[in-house]
Amino acid sequence: MENAFKEFAFWSLAVVTVLGAFGVVRTHNMFRAALLLVVSFVGVAGIFALVNAEFLAVVQLLVYAGGVAVLVIFAAMITSNVTESNSSTRAQPFAVLVSLLLLSALVFSVVQAEWSLLPDVLPEPLAAVFVDTPAAIGRLLLDQFLLPFEIAGVLLLAAVIGALSLVRER
Amino acid sequence: MSPLKDNSIFSWTYESVANTLGGPEWLAYGLGAMAVIMVVVNGFLLIGTIFTWMERKVVSRFQSRVGPNRVGPFGILQAIADAVKLLFQEDIVPRRADRLLFNAAPIVMLAPSLLALAVIPFGSGSYVADINIAVLYVVGMSGIASLAVLMAGYSSGNKLALLGSMRAVAMLLSYEIPLVMALLGITILAGSMSMVDIIEAQSVPFLLVSPLGALIFLIAMSAELNRPPFDVTEAESELVGGYLTEYSGMKFGVFYLAEFSNVVLAGALFAILFLDGWEWAVLPSHLWFLIKVFGFLFVASWVRATLPRMRIDHILAFAWKYLFPLSLVNVVALAMETIAWPDPSPVQLWMMIAINWGIAFTAIPLMSLVTNLGTPARAGQRVVQTEEVN
Repeated sequence: MENAFKEFAFWSLAVVTVLGAFGVVRTHNMFRAALLLVVSFVGVAGIFALVNAEFLAVVQLLVYAGGVAVLVIFAAMITSNVTESNSSTRAQPFAVLVSLLLLSALVFSVVQAEWSLLPDVLPEPLAAVFVDTPAAIGRLLLDQFLLPFEIAGVLLLAAVIGALSLVRER
Repeated sequence: MSPLKDNSIFSWTYESVANTLGGPEWLAYGLGAMAVIMVVVNGFLLIGTIFTWMERKVVSRFQSRVGPNRVGPFGILQAIADAVKLLFQEDIVPRRADRLLFNAAPIVMLAPSLLALAVIPFGSGSYVADINIAVLYVVGMSGIASLAVLMAGYSSGNKLALLGSMRAVAMLLSYEIPLVMALLGITILAGSMSMVDIIEAQSVPFLLVSPLGALIFLIAMSAELNRPPFDVTEAESELVGGYLTEYSGMKFGVFYLAEFSNVVLAGALFAILFLDGWEWAVLPSHLWFLIKVFGFLFVASWVRATLPRMRIDHILAFAWKYLFPLSLVNVVALAMETIAWPDPSPVQLWMMIAINWGIAFTAIPLMSLVTNLGTPARAGQRVVQTEEVN
Protein backbone atom coordinates (compact mmCIF):
# COMPACT_ATOMS: atom_id res chain seq x y z
CA MET A 1 0.00 0.00 0.00
CA GLU A 2 2.80 2.35 0.91
CA ASN A 3 4.50 1.79 -2.42
CA ALA A 4 1.32 2.48 -4.34
CA PHE A 5 0.90 5.70 -2.40
CA LYS A 6 4.50 6.74 -3.09
CA GLU A 7 4.05 5.97 -6.77
CA PHE A 8 0.89 8.08 -6.88
CA ALA A 9 2.54 10.93 -4.98
CA PHE A 10 5.60 10.88 -7.23
CA TRP A 11 3.60 11.01 -10.44
CA SER A 12 1.28 13.76 -9.28
CA LEU A 13 4.26 15.83 -8.10
CA ALA A 14 6.10 15.17 -11.35
CA VAL A 15 3.09 16.28 -13.39
CA VAL A 16 2.69 19.44 -11.27
CA THR A 17 6.40 20.26 -11.63
CA VAL A 18 6.56 19.76 -15.37
CA LEU A 19 3.23 21.48 -16.09
CA GLY A 20 4.29 24.42 -13.91
CA ALA A 21 7.60 24.71 -15.77
CA PHE A 22 5.79 24.45 -19.10
CA GLY A 23 3.38 27.16 -18.00
CA VAL A 24 6.30 29.46 -17.17
CA VAL A 25 7.44 29.49 -20.78
CA ARG A 26 3.95 29.48 -22.34
CA THR A 27 2.05 32.13 -20.40
CA HIS A 28 2.27 35.70 -21.64
CA ASN A 29 1.67 37.35 -18.31
CA MET A 30 5.03 37.71 -16.57
CA PHE A 31 3.50 37.84 -13.10
CA ARG A 32 1.64 34.59 -13.66
CA ALA A 33 4.80 33.05 -15.12
CA ALA A 34 6.67 33.87 -11.90
CA LEU A 35 3.89 32.28 -9.84
CA LEU A 36 3.94 29.17 -12.00
CA LEU A 37 7.67 29.01 -11.34
CA VAL A 38 6.76 28.80 -7.63
CA VAL A 39 4.39 25.90 -8.40
CA SER A 40 7.25 24.11 -10.12
CA PHE A 41 9.58 24.79 -7.17
CA VAL A 42 7.00 23.42 -4.73
CA GLY A 43 6.67 20.28 -6.84
CA VAL A 44 10.42 19.76 -6.68
CA ALA A 45 10.32 20.28 -2.90
CA GLY A 46 7.64 17.60 -2.71
CA ILE A 47 9.82 15.16 -4.64
CA PHE A 48 12.71 15.89 -2.24
CA ALA A 49 10.41 15.15 0.70
CA LEU A 50 9.31 11.92 -0.97
CA VAL A 51 12.88 10.57 -1.04
CA ASN A 52 13.42 11.36 2.68
CA ALA A 53 15.42 14.54 2.03
CA GLU A 54 13.22 16.69 4.28
CA PHE A 55 15.96 19.24 4.91
CA LEU A 56 16.48 19.80 1.18
CA ALA A 57 12.72 20.03 0.67
CA VAL A 58 12.30 22.76 3.27
CA VAL A 59 15.37 24.66 2.07
CA GLN A 60 13.97 24.45 -1.46
CA LEU A 61 10.73 26.02 -0.21
CA LEU A 62 12.53 28.63 1.88
CA VAL A 63 15.13 29.73 -0.67
CA TYR A 64 13.33 29.26 -3.98
CA ALA A 65 9.63 29.69 -3.24
CA GLY A 66 10.14 32.24 -0.45
CA GLY A 67 13.22 34.12 -1.64
CA VAL A 68 14.12 33.73 -5.31
CA ALA A 69 10.51 33.77 -6.54
CA VAL A 70 9.70 36.93 -4.59
CA LEU A 71 12.75 38.66 -6.07
CA VAL A 72 11.72 37.53 -9.56
CA ILE A 73 8.24 38.93 -8.96
CA PHE A 74 9.69 42.21 -7.72
CA ALA A 75 11.78 42.47 -10.87
CA ALA A 76 8.78 41.57 -13.02
CA MET A 77 6.58 44.17 -11.33
CA ILE A 78 9.12 46.93 -11.86
CA THR A 79 9.44 46.21 -15.60
CA SER A 80 6.81 47.89 -17.73
CA ASN A 81 4.04 45.98 -19.54
CA VAL A 82 3.95 43.10 -17.12
CA THR A 83 0.79 41.68 -18.64
CA GLU A 84 1.65 41.76 -22.33
CA SER A 85 5.41 41.31 -22.71
CA ASN A 86 7.21 38.01 -23.33
CA SER A 87 6.88 38.63 -27.07
CA SER A 88 9.27 37.27 -29.66
CA THR A 89 12.65 38.92 -30.01
CA ARG A 90 15.55 38.65 -32.42
CA ALA A 91 17.45 36.52 -29.93
CA GLN A 92 14.87 33.74 -30.15
CA PRO A 93 16.75 31.29 -32.45
CA PHE A 94 19.82 31.66 -30.26
CA ALA A 95 17.74 31.00 -27.12
CA VAL A 96 16.24 27.88 -28.70
CA LEU A 97 19.74 26.64 -29.53
CA VAL A 98 21.04 27.21 -26.00
CA SER A 99 18.00 25.54 -24.42
CA LEU A 100 18.32 22.52 -26.71
CA LEU A 101 22.02 22.20 -25.84
CA LEU A 102 21.25 22.43 -22.13
CA LEU A 103 18.43 19.89 -22.43
CA SER A 104 20.62 17.41 -24.28
CA ALA A 105 23.42 17.84 -21.73
CA LEU A 106 20.97 17.16 -18.89
CA VAL A 107 19.34 14.18 -20.57
CA PHE A 108 22.79 12.80 -21.43
CA SER A 109 24.04 13.06 -17.85
CA VAL A 110 20.84 11.50 -16.45
CA VAL A 111 21.04 8.56 -18.87
CA GLN A 112 24.77 8.07 -18.43
CA ALA A 113 24.84 8.27 -14.64
CA GLU A 114 25.17 4.94 -12.86
CA TRP A 115 22.17 4.95 -10.55
CA SER A 116 22.58 2.40 -7.80
CA LEU A 117 19.83 1.59 -5.31
CA LEU A 118 20.69 1.83 -1.63
CA PRO A 119 20.62 -1.47 0.28
CA ASP A 120 17.66 -2.02 2.61
CA VAL A 121 19.86 -1.97 5.69
CA LEU A 122 22.20 0.99 5.45
CA PRO A 123 25.89 0.89 6.48
CA GLU A 124 26.74 2.97 9.55
CA PRO A 125 27.80 6.44 8.24
CA LEU A 126 24.86 6.54 5.80
CA ALA A 127 22.27 5.43 8.35
CA ALA A 128 23.12 8.41 10.57
CA VAL A 129 22.58 10.78 7.64
CA PHE A 130 19.03 9.55 7.14
CA VAL A 131 18.16 9.90 10.81
CA ASP A 132 19.50 13.43 11.32
CA THR A 133 20.09 15.10 7.96
CA PRO A 134 20.82 18.68 9.12
CA ALA A 135 23.50 17.55 11.57
CA ALA A 136 25.13 15.32 8.95
CA ILE A 137 25.11 18.11 6.36
CA GLY A 138 26.55 20.54 8.90
CA ARG A 139 29.36 18.18 9.81
CA LEU A 140 30.23 17.58 6.15
CA LEU A 141 30.21 21.32 5.39
CA LEU A 142 32.56 22.18 8.25
CA ASP A 143 34.80 19.17 7.74
CA GLN A 144 35.17 17.67 4.29
CA PHE A 145 33.85 20.60 2.26
CA LEU A 146 35.22 23.44 4.37
CA LEU A 147 37.04 25.16 1.52
CA PRO A 148 34.07 25.43 -0.89
CA PHE A 149 31.92 26.52 2.06
CA GLU A 150 34.36 29.31 2.93
CA ILE A 151 34.63 30.36 -0.72
CA ALA A 152 30.84 30.64 -0.91
CA GLY A 153 30.93 32.76 2.25
CA VAL A 154 33.54 35.12 0.80
CA LEU A 155 31.53 35.37 -2.42
CA LEU A 156 28.40 36.32 -0.49
CA LEU A 157 30.36 38.89 1.54
CA ALA A 158 31.65 40.44 -1.70
CA ALA A 159 28.07 40.58 -3.02
CA VAL A 160 26.86 42.27 0.18
CA ILE A 161 29.63 44.86 0.01
CA GLY A 162 28.85 45.47 -3.66
CA ALA A 163 25.16 45.98 -2.90
CA LEU A 164 26.02 48.37 -0.06
CA SER A 165 28.35 50.44 -2.22
CA LEU A 166 25.62 50.71 -4.88
CA VAL A 167 23.02 52.15 -2.50
CA ARG A 168 25.40 54.26 -0.36
CA GLU A 169 24.22 57.80 0.32
CA ARG A 170 26.64 60.26 -1.22
CA MET B 1 8.90 9.59 13.91
CA SER B 2 5.22 8.91 13.31
CA PRO B 3 3.07 9.46 16.37
CA LEU B 4 -0.03 9.37 14.18
CA LYS B 5 -0.50 5.70 14.98
CA ASP B 6 -0.37 6.38 18.74
CA ASN B 7 -2.97 9.11 18.51
CA SER B 8 -6.25 8.13 20.18
CA ILE B 9 -8.45 9.97 17.66
CA PHE B 10 -6.61 8.26 14.83
CA SER B 11 -6.67 4.78 16.31
CA TRP B 12 -10.37 5.07 17.27
CA THR B 13 -11.39 6.09 13.73
CA TYR B 14 -9.02 3.56 12.20
CA GLU B 15 -10.35 0.68 14.26
CA SER B 16 -14.01 1.58 13.88
CA VAL B 17 -13.66 1.83 10.09
CA ALA B 18 -11.45 -1.23 9.72
CA ASN B 19 -13.19 -3.56 12.20
CA THR B 20 -16.79 -2.44 12.64
CA LEU B 21 -17.55 -1.31 9.10
CA GLY B 22 -15.08 -3.71 7.49
CA GLY B 23 -13.67 -1.16 5.07
CA PRO B 24 -10.35 -1.61 3.27
CA GLU B 25 -7.12 -0.61 5.05
CA TRP B 26 -6.37 2.48 2.96
CA LEU B 27 -9.85 3.86 3.62
CA ALA B 28 -9.45 3.41 7.36
CA TYR B 29 -6.00 5.02 7.23
CA GLY B 30 -7.27 7.96 5.19
CA LEU B 31 -10.34 8.56 7.36
CA GLY B 32 -8.27 8.30 10.55
CA ALA B 33 -5.77 10.85 9.26
CA MET B 34 -8.65 13.10 8.13
CA ALA B 35 -10.19 12.94 11.60
CA VAL B 36 -6.92 14.11 13.19
CA ILE B 37 -6.53 16.91 10.65
CA MET B 38 -10.16 18.01 11.23
CA VAL B 39 -9.64 18.28 14.97
CA VAL B 40 -6.31 20.13 14.71
CA VAL B 41 -7.34 22.61 12.00
CA ASN B 42 -10.78 23.40 13.43
CA GLY B 43 -9.46 23.71 16.96
CA PHE B 44 -6.79 26.11 15.72
CA LEU B 45 -9.22 28.21 13.69
CA LEU B 46 -11.60 28.30 16.65
CA ILE B 47 -8.84 29.73 18.85
CA GLY B 48 -8.10 32.23 16.05
CA THR B 49 -11.76 33.29 16.06
CA ILE B 50 -11.81 33.62 19.83
CA PHE B 51 -8.69 35.77 19.55
CA THR B 52 -10.45 38.22 17.19
CA TRP B 53 -13.03 38.79 19.94
CA MET B 54 -10.43 38.83 22.71
CA GLU B 55 -8.27 41.41 20.99
CA ARG B 56 -11.19 43.76 20.36
CA LYS B 57 -12.17 43.41 23.99
CA VAL B 58 -8.64 43.92 25.36
CA VAL B 59 -7.85 46.88 23.09
CA SER B 60 -11.12 48.57 24.00
CA ARG B 61 -10.37 48.19 27.70
CA PHE B 62 -6.97 49.82 27.06
CA GLN B 63 -8.79 52.69 25.35
CA SER B 64 -11.46 53.00 28.08
CA ARG B 65 -14.18 51.62 25.83
CA VAL B 66 -16.45 48.63 26.36
CA GLY B 67 -15.92 46.81 23.09
CA PRO B 68 -18.31 44.28 21.56
CA ASN B 69 -21.01 43.50 24.14
CA ARG B 70 -24.29 42.92 22.27
CA VAL B 71 -24.07 39.45 20.69
CA GLY B 72 -24.04 36.72 23.32
CA PRO B 73 -22.57 37.00 26.83
CA PHE B 74 -19.77 39.62 26.86
CA GLY B 75 -20.17 39.83 23.08
CA ILE B 76 -18.39 36.52 22.57
CA LEU B 77 -20.53 35.64 19.55
CA GLN B 78 -19.47 38.85 17.78
CA ALA B 79 -16.99 36.94 15.57
CA ILE B 80 -19.77 34.63 14.35
CA ALA B 81 -22.05 37.57 13.65
CA ASP B 82 -19.24 39.22 11.67
CA ALA B 83 -18.65 36.04 9.67
CA VAL B 84 -22.35 35.79 8.81
CA LYS B 85 -22.33 39.43 7.73
CA LEU B 86 -19.28 38.84 5.51
CA LEU B 87 -20.90 35.74 3.97
CA PHE B 88 -23.92 37.74 2.86
CA GLN B 89 -21.91 40.65 1.50
CA GLU B 90 -21.78 41.13 -2.26
CA ASP B 91 -18.69 39.54 -3.80
CA ILE B 92 -17.06 42.42 -5.68
CA VAL B 93 -14.20 41.83 -8.10
CA PRO B 94 -12.72 44.99 -9.68
CA ARG B 95 -12.94 45.16 -13.47
CA ARG B 96 -9.17 45.51 -13.85
CA ALA B 97 -8.44 42.61 -11.51
CA ASP B 98 -6.71 39.40 -12.52
CA ARG B 99 -9.67 37.27 -11.47
CA LEU B 100 -7.87 33.94 -10.97
CA LEU B 101 -5.06 35.34 -8.83
CA PHE B 102 -7.49 37.64 -6.99
CA ASN B 103 -9.55 34.63 -5.90
CA ALA B 104 -6.53 32.43 -5.15
CA ALA B 105 -4.67 34.93 -2.92
CA PRO B 106 -6.74 34.40 0.29
CA ILE B 107 -6.27 30.63 -0.04
CA VAL B 108 -2.51 30.97 -0.49
CA MET B 109 -2.52 33.20 2.58
CA LEU B 110 -4.37 30.79 4.88
CA ALA B 111 -3.01 27.44 3.65
CA PRO B 112 0.63 27.79 4.85
CA SER B 113 -0.38 28.60 8.42
CA LEU B 114 -2.60 25.50 8.47
CA LEU B 115 0.24 23.42 7.01
CA ALA B 116 2.60 24.70 9.71
CA LEU B 117 0.26 23.20 12.33
CA ALA B 118 1.55 19.74 11.41
CA VAL B 119 4.67 20.17 13.53
CA ILE B 120 3.17 22.07 16.49
CA PRO B 121 2.88 19.92 19.64
CA PHE B 122 -0.27 21.00 21.51
CA GLY B 123 0.35 18.88 24.56
CA SER B 124 2.50 16.02 25.70
CA GLY B 125 2.34 13.47 22.88
CA SER B 126 -0.31 15.27 20.80
CA TYR B 127 1.21 16.38 17.54
CA VAL B 128 0.73 15.30 13.96
CA ALA B 129 4.43 14.92 13.06
CA ASP B 130 7.72 15.32 14.87
CA ILE B 131 10.23 15.99 12.10
CA ASN B 132 13.85 16.88 12.76
CA ILE B 133 13.60 20.17 10.85
CA ALA B 134 10.35 21.46 12.37
CA VAL B 135 11.63 24.98 13.11
CA LEU B 136 12.90 25.45 9.56
CA TYR B 137 9.63 24.03 8.20
CA VAL B 138 7.56 26.65 10.03
CA VAL B 139 9.79 29.44 8.70
CA GLY B 140 9.50 28.03 5.18
CA MET B 141 5.72 27.99 5.44
CA SER B 142 5.54 31.57 6.72
CA GLY B 143 7.68 32.63 3.74
CA ILE B 144 4.90 31.60 1.37
CA ALA B 145 2.60 34.23 2.91
CA SER B 146 4.67 36.95 1.25
CA LEU B 147 3.74 35.44 -2.11
CA ALA B 148 0.06 35.68 -1.19
CA VAL B 149 0.54 39.34 -0.29
CA LEU B 150 2.15 40.03 -3.67
CA MET B 151 -0.63 38.12 -5.45
CA ALA B 152 -3.31 40.10 -3.68
CA GLY B 153 -1.59 43.42 -4.33
CA TYR B 154 -0.89 42.81 -7.98
CA SER B 155 -4.17 41.15 -8.93
CA SER B 156 -6.34 43.88 -7.41
CA GLY B 157 -5.41 46.19 -10.28
CA ASN B 158 -5.15 49.08 -7.83
CA LYS B 159 -2.16 51.36 -7.31
CA LEU B 160 -2.56 51.57 -3.56
CA ALA B 161 -2.91 47.81 -3.20
CA LEU B 162 0.24 47.30 -5.27
CA LEU B 163 2.19 49.84 -3.21
CA GLY B 164 0.93 48.26 0.00
CA SER B 165 1.98 44.80 -1.07
CA MET B 166 5.45 46.01 -2.19
CA ARG B 167 5.98 47.61 1.22
CA ALA B 168 4.68 44.53 2.99
CA VAL B 169 7.00 42.19 1.12
CA ALA B 170 10.05 44.43 1.63
CA MET B 171 9.25 44.35 5.35
CA LEU B 172 8.55 40.59 5.45
CA LEU B 173 11.84 39.78 3.71
CA SER B 174 13.85 42.10 5.97
CA TYR B 175 12.41 40.79 9.22
CA GLU B 176 12.74 37.17 8.19
CA ILE B 177 16.51 37.42 8.77
CA PRO B 178 16.48 38.44 12.48
CA LEU B 179 13.63 35.98 13.02
CA VAL B 180 15.63 33.08 11.60
CA MET B 181 18.69 34.20 13.60
CA ALA B 182 16.65 34.16 16.82
CA LEU B 183 15.44 30.65 15.95
CA LEU B 184 19.05 29.67 15.18
CA GLY B 185 20.01 30.64 18.73
CA ILE B 186 17.31 28.34 20.09
CA THR B 187 18.47 25.54 17.80
CA ILE B 188 22.03 25.94 19.11
CA LEU B 189 20.81 25.82 22.72
CA ALA B 190 18.60 22.77 22.22
CA GLY B 191 20.92 21.01 19.77
CA SER B 192 17.93 20.10 17.60
CA MET B 193 15.30 21.63 15.32
CA SER B 194 12.54 19.26 16.41
CA MET B 195 9.84 20.98 18.48
CA VAL B 196 9.58 18.06 20.90
CA ASP B 197 13.35 17.95 21.45
CA ILE B 198 13.41 21.72 22.02
CA ILE B 199 10.72 21.45 24.71
CA GLU B 200 12.50 18.55 26.37
CA ALA B 201 15.82 20.44 26.29
CA GLN B 202 14.36 23.29 28.40
CA SER B 203 15.16 22.50 32.01
CA VAL B 204 14.82 26.27 32.45
CA PRO B 205 12.55 28.09 29.92
CA PHE B 206 14.63 29.58 27.11
CA LEU B 207 12.99 32.95 27.80
CA LEU B 208 15.37 33.15 30.79
CA VAL B 209 18.36 31.61 29.03
CA SER B 210 18.13 33.74 25.90
CA PRO B 211 16.29 37.00 26.68
CA LEU B 212 17.80 38.78 23.68
CA GLY B 213 16.62 36.00 21.37
CA ALA B 214 13.10 36.20 22.82
CA LEU B 215 12.98 39.97 22.33
CA ILE B 216 14.24 39.72 18.73
CA PHE B 217 11.73 36.93 18.06
CA LEU B 218 8.86 39.03 19.46
CA ILE B 219 9.76 42.12 17.41
CA ALA B 220 10.50 40.25 14.17
CA MET B 221 7.37 38.16 14.61
CA SER B 222 5.10 41.16 15.00
CA ALA B 223 6.57 42.52 11.77
CA GLU B 224 6.01 39.19 10.02
CA LEU B 225 2.42 39.28 11.23
CA ASN B 226 1.82 42.83 9.96
CA ARG B 227 0.80 43.92 13.44
CA PRO B 228 1.30 47.33 15.00
CA PRO B 229 3.77 49.01 15.25
CA PHE B 230 4.63 47.41 11.91
CA ASP B 231 1.24 47.57 10.15
CA VAL B 232 2.35 49.90 7.32
CA THR B 233 0.60 47.71 4.77
CA GLU B 234 -2.71 48.75 6.19
CA ALA B 235 -1.69 52.30 7.01
CA GLU B 236 -5.16 53.79 6.54
CA SER B 237 -3.85 57.34 6.39
CA GLU B 238 -1.50 56.58 3.49
CA LEU B 239 -2.64 53.51 1.59
CA VAL B 240 -6.39 53.06 2.27
CA GLY B 241 -6.19 49.35 3.17
CA GLY B 242 -2.96 48.25 1.51
CA TYR B 243 -3.30 44.98 -0.39
CA LEU B 244 -6.68 44.37 1.23
CA THR B 245 -8.24 47.50 -0.32
CA GLU B 246 -10.24 45.72 -3.02
CA TYR B 247 -11.23 42.70 -0.97
CA SER B 248 -14.72 42.37 0.43
CA GLY B 249 -17.07 39.67 1.63
CA MET B 250 -15.74 36.30 2.64
CA LYS B 251 -12.46 36.76 0.73
CA PHE B 252 -11.66 39.59 3.10
CA GLY B 253 -12.91 37.34 5.88
CA VAL B 254 -10.39 34.66 4.97
CA PHE B 255 -7.56 37.22 4.99
CA TYR B 256 -8.75 38.49 8.35
CA LEU B 257 -8.95 34.97 9.75
CA ALA B 258 -5.49 34.11 8.37
CA GLU B 259 -4.05 37.21 10.00
CA PHE B 260 -5.46 36.34 13.40
CA SER B 261 -4.70 32.62 13.16
CA ASN B 262 -1.11 33.51 12.30
CA VAL B 263 -0.89 35.40 15.58
CA VAL B 264 -2.15 32.28 17.38
CA LEU B 265 0.46 30.23 15.51
CA ALA B 266 3.13 32.72 16.58
CA GLY B 267 1.89 32.37 20.15
CA ALA B 268 2.18 28.59 19.92
CA LEU B 269 5.73 28.98 18.57
CA PHE B 270 6.67 31.36 21.37
CA ALA B 271 5.22 29.01 23.96
CA ILE B 272 7.18 26.08 22.52
CA LEU B 273 10.48 27.82 21.90
CA PHE B 274 10.72 30.12 24.90
CA LEU B 275 8.18 29.04 27.52
CA ASP B 276 8.85 25.32 27.75
CA GLY B 277 5.80 24.30 25.68
CA TRP B 278 3.30 22.17 27.53
CA GLU B 279 5.49 21.44 30.56
CA TRP B 280 4.70 22.74 34.05
CA ALA B 281 3.29 21.33 37.27
CA VAL B 282 -0.20 20.26 38.39
CA LEU B 283 -2.45 21.21 35.45
CA PRO B 284 -2.80 18.93 32.38
CA SER B 285 -0.37 19.65 29.54
CA HIS B 286 -2.90 20.88 26.97
CA LEU B 287 -4.25 23.43 29.43
CA TRP B 288 -0.77 24.76 30.20
CA PHE B 289 -0.09 25.11 26.51
CA LEU B 290 -3.33 27.08 26.01
CA ILE B 291 -2.55 29.32 28.99
CA LYS B 292 0.89 30.14 27.59
CA VAL B 293 -0.52 30.82 24.11
CA PHE B 294 -3.19 33.13 25.51
CA GLY B 295 -0.54 34.87 27.59
CA PHE B 296 1.31 35.65 24.37
CA LEU B 297 -1.93 36.77 22.70
CA PHE B 298 -2.64 39.17 25.57
CA VAL B 299 0.85 40.69 25.22
CA ALA B 300 0.27 40.99 21.46
CA SER B 301 -2.99 42.90 22.04
CA TRP B 302 -1.25 45.04 24.64
CA VAL B 303 1.46 46.01 22.13
CA ARG B 304 -1.22 46.79 19.54
CA ALA B 305 -3.06 49.07 21.93
CA THR B 306 0.08 50.87 23.12
CA LEU B 307 2.56 51.54 20.31
CA PRO B 308 2.01 53.97 17.41
CA ARG B 309 2.73 52.94 13.83
CA MET B 310 6.29 53.34 12.51
CA ARG B 311 7.18 54.82 9.14
CA ILE B 312 8.24 52.34 6.43
CA ASP B 313 11.83 53.63 6.07
CA HIS B 314 12.27 53.56 9.85
CA ILE B 315 10.95 50.01 9.92
CA LEU B 316 13.43 48.79 7.30
CA ALA B 317 16.34 50.69 8.88
CA PHE B 318 15.42 49.21 12.26
CA ALA B 319 15.54 45.68 10.85
CA TRP B 320 18.88 46.01 9.08
CA LYS B 321 20.79 48.41 11.30
CA TYR B 322 19.55 47.43 14.73
CA LEU B 323 17.88 44.05 14.91
CA PHE B 324 20.23 42.21 12.54
CA PRO B 325 23.50 43.07 14.36
CA LEU B 326 21.80 42.39 17.68
CA SER B 327 20.72 38.94 16.47
CA LEU B 328 24.31 38.22 15.37
CA VAL B 329 25.53 39.10 18.88
CA ASN B 330 22.89 36.77 20.31
CA VAL B 331 23.86 33.82 18.08
CA VAL B 332 27.62 34.24 18.66
CA ALA B 333 27.16 34.49 22.44
CA LEU B 334 24.94 31.41 22.59
CA ALA B 335 27.28 29.41 20.32
CA MET B 336 30.31 30.27 22.47
CA GLU B 337 28.47 29.32 25.66
CA THR B 338 27.34 26.04 24.12
CA ILE B 339 30.93 25.22 23.11
CA ALA B 340 32.19 26.10 26.58
CA TRP B 341 29.49 24.11 28.40
CA PRO B 342 28.15 21.47 26.00
CA ASP B 343 26.06 19.82 28.71
CA PRO B 344 25.47 22.49 31.37
CA SER B 345 25.02 21.56 35.00
CA PRO B 346 22.46 23.67 36.94
CA VAL B 347 25.20 26.00 38.21
CA GLN B 348 26.62 26.48 34.74
CA LEU B 349 23.12 27.04 33.39
CA TRP B 350 22.49 29.84 35.89
CA MET B 351 25.89 31.36 35.01
CA MET B 352 24.82 31.24 31.36
CA ILE B 353 21.56 32.99 32.25
CA ALA B 354 23.42 35.70 34.14
CA ILE B 355 25.84 36.26 31.24
CA ASN B 356 23.01 36.41 28.70
CA TRP B 357 21.00 38.92 30.71
CA GLY B 358 24.19 40.98 31.08
CA ILE B 359 24.72 40.87 27.31
CA ALA B 360 21.10 41.84 26.69
CA PHE B 361 21.21 44.81 29.05
CA THR B 362 24.48 46.13 27.59
CA ALA B 363 23.89 45.31 23.91
CA ILE B 364 20.42 46.85 23.60
CA PRO B 365 21.32 50.39 24.81
CA LEU B 366 24.76 50.24 23.16
CA MET B 367 23.23 49.39 19.79
CA SER B 368 20.72 52.21 20.10
CA LEU B 369 23.58 54.64 20.82
CA VAL B 370 25.58 53.41 17.82
CA THR B 371 22.81 53.21 15.23
CA ASN B 372 21.05 56.47 16.16
CA LEU B 373 17.79 55.64 14.42
CA GLY B 374 15.19 58.34 13.95
CA THR B 375 16.34 60.41 16.91
CA PRO B 376 14.93 63.97 16.92
CA ALA B 377 18.33 65.51 16.09
CA ARG B 378 18.77 63.40 12.98
CA ALA B 379 15.21 63.89 11.83
CA GLY B 380 15.76 67.64 12.20
CA GLN B 381 18.89 67.54 10.04
CA ARG B 382 16.98 65.71 7.34
CA VAL B 383 14.32 68.40 7.22
CA VAL B 384 16.93 71.15 6.92
CA GLN B 385 18.65 69.31 4.10
CA THR B 386 15.49 68.83 2.06
CA GLU B 387 14.63 72.50 2.49
CA GLU B 388 18.03 73.47 1.14
CA VAL B 389 17.50 71.26 -1.90
CA ASN B 390 14.13 72.84 -2.56
